[in-house]
Amino acid sequence: MEKVKLTIDDKQIEVEKGTTIYKAAKQLGIDIPVLCYMNLDDLGIENKPGGCRICVVEVEGRKNLAPSCSTEATEGMVIHTHTMRVINARRTVLEFILSDHPKDCLTCAKSGNCELQDLAIKLGIREIPGQEYAEMSEYKVDFSPSLIRDLDKCIMCRRCEMMCNEFQTVGAISAFNRGFKAAVGPAFEMDIEHSPCTYCGQCVAVCPTGALTEKDHTRDVINALADPSKTVVVQTAPAIRAALGEEFGLEPGTRVTGEMVSALRRLGFDYVFDTDFAADLTIMEEGTELLDRLTKHLNGDKDVKLPILTSCCPAWVSFFEHNFPEMKDIPSSARSPQQMFGSIAKTYFADKIEVKREDLVVVSIMPCLAKKYEAQRDEFKVDGNPDVDFSISTRELAHLIKEANLDLKTLPKEEFDNPLGESTGAGVIFGATGGVIEAATRTAYELHTGKKIENIDFKQLRGLEGIRKATVDFDGTPINIGIAHGLGNARKLLEDIEAGKSEFHAIEIMACPGGCIGGGGQPSHHGDSSILKARMKAIYEEDADKTIRKSHENPYIIKLYEEFLGKPMSEKAHHLLHTCYFDKRSKVEIS
Amino acid sequence: MSHIKVKIKEKDLNTIKEICKSFNNEPRELINVLHKTQEHFGYLPAEIQEVVAQELNIPVAKVYGVVTFYSFFTMLPKGKHPISICTGTACYVRGAENVLQEFKRQLGIEVGETTEDGEFSLSCLRCVGACGLAPVVLVGDKTYGRVAPDGVKAILDEYKK
Repeated sequence: MEKVKLTIDDKQIEVEKGTTIYKAAKQLGIDIPVLCYMNLDDLGIENKPGGCRICVVEVEGRKNLAPSCSTEATEGMVIHTHTMRVINARRTVLEFILSDHPKDCLTCAKSGNCELQDLAIKLGIREIPGQEYAEMSEYKVDFSPSLIRDLDKCIMCRRCEMMCNEFQTVGAISAFNRGFKAAVGPAFEMDIEHSPCTYCGQCVAVCPTGALTEKDHTRDVINALADPSKTVVVQTAPAIRAALGEEFGLEPGTRVTGEMVSALRRLGFDYVFDTDFAADLTIMEEGTELLDRLTKHLNGDKDVKLPILTSCCPAWVSFFEHNFPEMKDIPSSARSPQQMFGSIAKTYFADKIEVKREDLVVVSIMPCLAKKYEAQRDEFKVDGNPDVDFSISTRELAHLIKEANLDLKTLPKEEFDNPLGESTGAGVIFGATGGVIEAATRTAYELHTGKKIENIDFKQLRGLEGIRKATVDFDGTPINIGIAHGLGNARKLLEDIEAGKSEFHAIEIMACPGGCIGGGGQPSHHGDSSILKARMKAIYEEDADKTIRKSHENPYIIKLYEEFLGKPMSEKAHHLLHTCYFDKRSKVEIS
Repeated sequence: MSHIKVKIKEKDLNTIKEICKSFNNEPRELINVLHKTQEHFGYLPAEIQEVVAQELNIPVAKVYGVVTFYSFFTMLPKGKHPISICTGTACYVRGAENVLQEFKRQLGIEVGETTEDGEFSLSCLRCVGACGLAPVVLVGDKTYGRVAPDGVKAILDEYKK
């Protein structure tokens, strides 16, 4: 690799040719401020439109200031990152951006976690010259079941557009208009609800300001907890325990399972349960469906639909409903763990504790914004009463805990309640890309071969690569497994299936980078992919620490089938734990 | 999440399909496709953009982004007599702004709009290469030079039935 030598702020450095000034400076420990720029190296996600001009630096011999995020370092360059000229230019740029930005920081949902606010603090902005003459853009606020768009706060960094179009290939939003009126949104400035948006929430995850935020249900949860006529149960998704600590100043990757349970109990939830239990249940249903299709296939049935696709991720479900509706009978019909939990809680568990369906409130804590949308889908309601009443994000849970004057770090570690709180290591790994299919493999292998697995860690299924392939030997029968995270990667695998080129028997798909650990409802990673890796490590550590690591060995799952469901894929299981999908592609009709 | 249903006449649908096909349904040809489509229909309403997006296999949000970025493209139908006022430097310094205001006043519409009867639409353009005649106004293909605000009525009368 060719190298170039350059000088930044009187320090010399040698970097690979093609490195940007920003990255070279970073290696020297010089932290040039950026705003539109974002880089998640390990996932190949980079946004550098060079548009905001916050990262400008002075290059000796060059007339204009250079945007360091998108200017390559060249041999002999002499760069200054904080001369008077640079500082003035940077401040002016920021003042212009702020002149067209609402000043409601006190009540903004992003306050304290806003990159624009951080920058104003870093540059010591105390007033905005000419504010009294400045024009302000005005857009109506767009509410949807999952996310809220307040374009007055959009600074045109276009990170959301990049995530939606390049990483997810959803294409729900794009930049429109020009100059002062420019913003990012759906076609014809319609509400996001009418666009092909999957509510994956990756736009929210990368938005540096309060332009994109989640639909907040914390008040609804507090009201339910305060209502003496309601029994309130909570379920927590696997990825929460690996990220919640970040909101309380703990190192990324710190597991806070016990402290989280403790906090939820102190918040007043009557029963603290685990979505991981429902993940084990998902494996029983989805794994049985996989084996059923596989057996038919091996017996020469030509009509059987393979590969089977996982169906736990609601953004992924929306994605194929919008983009590949003709393949809607390929994914597993199993509901997601969130919905299986809600369904079992409002039948089996409600009966057990003799509470009427309408008096039982199910709250889910999810790393995800699409779960909010999923919870209110009509298929998951009984006489208008949803199986899951409120789905809140990891961030919303952190707010609830803080508002209740609890310090997560000092809380004792407590255990989940039973019967819906017991889970296996297989349920835990649902939180990371590859985890669902690994959990399914552990169970399907043993059910298919009738033998114990010798090595339970299917490491070939783990990792952060966008598309992964592995073949698992089912006692002489090779099973080809595919894994994709990010909907752009999923699209590639689906196009192969469409073209009849897919070699896989089973495919796991998660919409978010890294799986649920990188979900749109998680604490902001602010473009640091090492945080995602730390969360992933925590998930696999939690699995390794569990005594039971295979879903079909969960004693409470066995009991649930004995007492209530019969067997996997039974009529009752079908009714309560499975679903169907819809064609949501936009149609052109002849008038 | 409700999906969009677009209604369009079969003849129009086929026209758009043919235009897209003449550019091999190539996403990179979006601007050329939009040019041809606007040339044919006079404007690019939502349903046309939806069809173009489907034919080129790109998000309709992208198509809308391009249509709203370039001022040449319009989502509103042009009038039978499209009026363009040059606001290039030469015309501007010789009073194009006053001429424009007079057209707006007499027609009761803003730039980019069309009168309710569909007769006139108003737009601005930059330099038609007739600076010696500034300020210049175009109605359809016909050019009017040295237009003053008090000459606006006479121009409009030529086209009124």
